[in-house]
Amino acid sequence: MKDQFVVPARLKKTSFVLMGVGLLTLLIGLIAFKGETRFWAGLLQNSSFFLLITLASTFFIAATTLAQGGWQIAFRRVPEAISMAVPVLAVILFLVVMILIFGGREDIYHWINAEHVAHDPILSWKKAFLNKGFFTIATVITLALWIIFTIRIRKMSIQEDSWDMSRETGRKILWRNTVVCGGFMAIFVLSVGSTTPWIWLMSIDAHWFSTMYSWYTFASTWVSGVALIALFVVYLKRHGYLTFVTEEHLHDLGKFLFAFSIFWTYLWFSQYMLIWYANMPEETEYFQPRVWGEWRPIFFLNLLINFITPLLFLMKRDTKRNYTAIVFIAIVIIFGHWLDFWQMVYPGTVKHLSFPWYEFGLGLGFVGLIIFLVSNQLTKAPLVPKNHPYLKESIVHHT
Amino acid sequence: MAVKKFVVGLFDDEAVLFPAVKKVRTAGYKLHDVYTPFPVHGLDHAMGLRETSLHTAGFIYGITGTTTALSFMSWVFNVDWPLNIGGKPHFPLPAFIPITFELTVLFAAVGMVMTFCWLCQMMPGVKKHIFHPRQTDDKFVMVIELTEKTNAEEVKSFLTAAGAHDINEQKAEAGWWFGRFDKDDEPYLRKIQTANA
Repeated sequence: MKDQFVVPARLKKTSFVLMGVGLLTLLIGLIAFKGETRFWAGLLQNSSFFLLITLASTFFIAATTLAQGGWQIAFRRVPEAISMAVPVLAVILFLVVMILIFGGREDIYHWINAEHVAHDPILSWKKAFLNKGFFTIATVITLALWIIFTIRIRKMSIQEDSWDMSRETGRKILWRNTVVCGGFMAIFVLSVGSTTPWIWLMSIDAHWFSTMYSWYTFASTWVSGVALIALFVVYLKRHGYLTFVTEEHLHDLGKFLFAFSIFWTYLWFSQYMLIWYANMPEETEYFQPRVWGEWRPIFFLNLLINFITPLLFLMKRDTKRNYTAIVFIAIVIIFGHWLDFWQMVYPGTVKHLSFPWYEFGLGLGFVGLIIFLVSNQLTKAPLVPKNHPYLKESIVHHT
Repeated sequence: MAVKKFVVGLFDDEAVLFPAVKKVRTAGYKLHDVYTPFPVHGLDHAMGLRETSLHTAGFIYGITGTTTALSFMSWVFNVDWPLNIGGKPHFPLPAFIPITFELTVLFAAVGMVMTFCWLCQMMPGVKKHIFHPRQTDDKFVMVIELTEKTNAEEVKSFLTAAGAHDINEQKAEAGWWFGRFDKDDEPYLRKIQTANA
């Protein structure tokens, strides 16, 4: 049984090439846009998207642990390794938003101009919440807590490998994992589930508000996060690792992709329909450029890629159990939700639609960074948590 | 609807039952059915049952629900009785979506339940022969159908070797019939007596 991952030279090369593409695009973007709006909007879109989809792995571990799930133990080290990309991506996002806030980028967050806020009744109302101090403190606290919990969960898991296998240690493993994951879950709900998307992304359109927004963002990143886990699982399986992972586990990941694609659509539609029904100017301004303006094709392309495609493609049992099919749909889903973030950030900042070569190049850079970090992390521990009490349940798992 | 001969064997444990089911198929006996107290994962596959067409039926019912809802609402609001509601267009698609969704779910759910009952031959008044009173209680019951080619004694010794107990031979209706349990059959009490005898 191959239990110790060794990074293949080809994967390493791919990750470096992708990171090189990302850096090159960043440089070209810096020259082409002269460090103007689009340069920063692209960075904000990509850094927040890729940070949140790696954080979805921590959420995956926390959710399955709290639900007393056993089926995922056979590949639990994969979401663990992905979640270890969170600290690095969090630092990148932190740098980006801090430059935006303190560099006075009013084209991204127009509420940072105090004089403008004083003459704007809507923004004056939100002053207690939308200000530099709150933004910075909230960002620092959430990022710090995410990093602390992610590292803690990973460390516990590796530490448990050196314990003995007995009833007592089994209970201890379950108990302390449940406690820590419960803590993380509370923080996750208060951050990704409510405030974080408001301050990072929704405040771009500071006049507008939607209580659905955070859940919408969460659904987007969660389904892409599961797709990311599925991609790494299939990659490892193809290279002869993860002996215990079978089509049954893949089937369950496929169910997640299917179900949460529908969940995303539910939120996508709920947010739109309520605003459409009430038809109030301060709410419809968000959808004006997206549904009736230049972004209309992207808005509906989004629905096609993120709802219709997974719905019809993953409906059959056979596709959920097919490695190639899952790889295909996982890439489609990640790309689709990346587009979703694009149309969340851009109409309020860059305003005009243009071919997203710069954003896509940056995205490739982030993908390369994630591949590099995750493959490095995978080598640091055996791929099977051998002392976890639910390991057997995972091995005999049958859907 | 035909009366056939069966050999019935009881198992206490699914771990014994599972290999036995596989052995029956390799031995070439005709497996009538296996009754279990709870769903045993993978048993349908081991029994060689084909995959159910229930989900295809569900998809068709869902599509029917979608079309019904959309076409009916568009007909009402555009052709039959156009009303001006809050200045909205006569074909307000977002307003139609929740009802379309509900009807899709309703059609799919009700249709699938009914198809499931049809496929499993379940309905009030539909009766089937019960091979052992504890067949879905706490025992696993395997029923092998006897054809002209199979020898009852051979099947019995085969079942004993596979780990079954209380093996008996029964002559019973293989399909279903309409009837009332209280009037023309008292399967539970009757079977208890035969089991004790």
